[in-house]
Amino acid sequence: MSSDSPEARPPVVTPVRVVIALCLFAPFVAMLWVGSYAKVDPAFIGIPFFYWYQMLWVLISTALTMTAYKLWQRDQRARRGGAK
Amino acid sequence: MNDGVNGVALGVFIFFFLAVTVMGFLAARWRKAENEHSLDEWGLGGRSFGTWVTWFLLGGDLYTAYTFVAVPAAIYAAGAAGFFAVPYTILVYPLIFTFLPRLWSVSHKHGYVTTSDFVRGRFGSKGLSLAVAVTGILATMPYIALQLVGIQAVLDVMGVGGGEDTNWFVKDLPLLIAFGVLAAYTYSSGLRAPALIAFVKDTLIYIVIAVAIIYIPIKLGGFDEIFAKAGEAYSQTNPATGAPRGALVPGEPGQWTYATLALGSALALFMYPHSITATLSSKSREVIRRNTTILPLYSLMLGLLALLGFMAIAAGVKVTNGQLAIPQLFENMFPAWFAGVAFAAIGIGALVPAAIMSIAAANLFTRNIYKDFIKPDATPEQETKVSKLVSLLVKVGALVFVLTMDKTVAINFQLLGGIWILQTFPALVGGLFTRWFHRWALLAGWAVGMVYGTIAAYGVASPTQKHFGGSSKEIPGIGEIGYIGLTAFVLNVVVTVVLTFVLKAFKAPEGVDETKPEDYTADAGDPGVQVELPPATAGAAH
Repeated sequence: MSSDSPEARPPVVTPVRVVIALCLFAPFVAMLWVGSYAKVDPAFIGIPFFYWYQMLWVLISTALTMTAYKLWQRDQRARRGGAK
Repeated sequence: MNDGVNGVALGVFIFFFLAVTVMGFLAARWRKAENEHSLDEWGLGGRSFGTWVTWFLLGGDLYTAYTFVAVPAAIYAAGAAGFFAVPYTILVYPLIFTFLPRLWSVSHKHGYVTTSDFVRGRFGSKGLSLAVAVTGILATMPYIALQLVGIQAVLDVMGVGGGEDTNWFVKDLPLLIAFGVLAAYTYSSGLRAPALIAFVKDTLIYIVIAVAIIYIPIKLGGFDEIFAKAGEAYSQTNPATGAPRGALVPGEPGQWTYATLALGSALALFMYPHSITATLSSKSREVIRRNTTILPLYSLMLGLLALLGFMAIAAGVKVTNGQLAIPQLFENMFPAWFAGVAFAAIGIGALVPAAIMSIAAANLFTRNIYKDFIKPDATPEQETKVSKLVSLLVKVGALVFVLTMDKTVAINFQLLGGIWILQTFPALVGGLFTRWFHRWALLAGWAVGMVYGTIAAYGVASPTQKHFGGSSKEIPGIGEIGYIGLTAFVLNVVVTVVLTFVLKAFKAPEGVDETKPEDYTADAGDPGVQVELPPATAGAAH
């Protein structure tokens, strides 16, 4: 990599990387904005919204992290391929 | 509570305990390396663990017996506020996805065993590295003590904890035996023992949770019934405070506390030495990223587990010590043999993290105090020997702590530990991404965070305690109630940034950085990164 000329280097910020960053950042917005989910209704099988919503976010954030991981892998592979 | 010994439950408990003890000793032969006398071997399992072993190890490490007992206990005591553990563990994974792979790479390239090793290498400052090491050890000790509190809760409910009037030796004998065994196999097998036992622990835990979350609600008439009863219980006025006991949903003032606790704890979790030890034992960068996508399974489990706190209320469990609520719920609800399985799950759940924590603390002492300050020319064999001994000492220390002091002391210190460990974040994570911070500024920021956090926590009173009554307090300048650790962390960062500008303006000497930018992205297979079992990296790297 170090022998590459500066022009050959892909830019640091790319659309794919922005998507990755958003995937990783979304859970912070959702979870730290407590006011958006601090309520009892609608309940799910008797569990207040407050609880099932946060547990649902475990699944959502997992899906987001997985997406970020896949995109990152592809990004890295493309870069390594490009460098050689 | 201690109405006789529950024989069947105790029998099942002892069976599982013996099984993991045998596993612990046999673990020394698992994936055995040629060079078994290096610290990489004993303290990091040869840095050879793949995705699944790492998953079990990290899960076994982060979700401790204390977690299983304390999270539902918090819900049992006050309702919604205790549920912050769930958003906290949600936020952990995107965070570690970003910084841990870099730490893995640079540590493998330079043979770092601890976070302090990295900080010293990056900033060329033994003082800063010492600060990180001491913070790590201080924060880990009470954490180990709390694992013992977890075992004690289970023993109490099984009726072998002894009453108030029994002789202290008889009373504490079961705990002493459990700890003696733990210490012996950690000494002989190192990190391999908890890694192997973690399989048993997590399998048991998952089975118990799956059964509990289906079986108990059926017996109690469904979640509607459970939450209705819990809601009723929370609205009762607590005579000590004159306020309601808790709430099903956090009210407006509690939301800041909830969010800051979740964020602060998430930032702190991977500063703990034991989390880093488990991470560095993995064999490649990919293993870590892949793990951030499967570890949330534990968060889901934690959420379900938290619901047990409501069930304990609905089932009419009445305990003065909240820590006993869940074990007591199991005892009341389950047939004796399955209660035994559940208790074994909690008991073993204490052994795994206690082993990893003592190893992590021992590694810190050996690498960053013994080798840096006492005996710089220590050989890898000597390092391993010191580490093994210190792991014993750390455990004995924790034991003495639990046996001689009130339980609340351990909990207070654990609370302080969380605040303290968060203060190492700027040096560690900052250092992973930039060299801009000045080493002296980082040290000053750390000191300010530590002092503020300690004083603020000291000043928190609760109905039962004059000091260290909780971990949240008014945030200066904002006026909302927030997690002290996070406030201290913000102060820490501000001091660090300001002083860095000042020190740079005065051209204060920077330390030597022994790392290179490409070290942070190196992966297994790249030149200079040994995939497995480097011959005594521990000594050769410096």
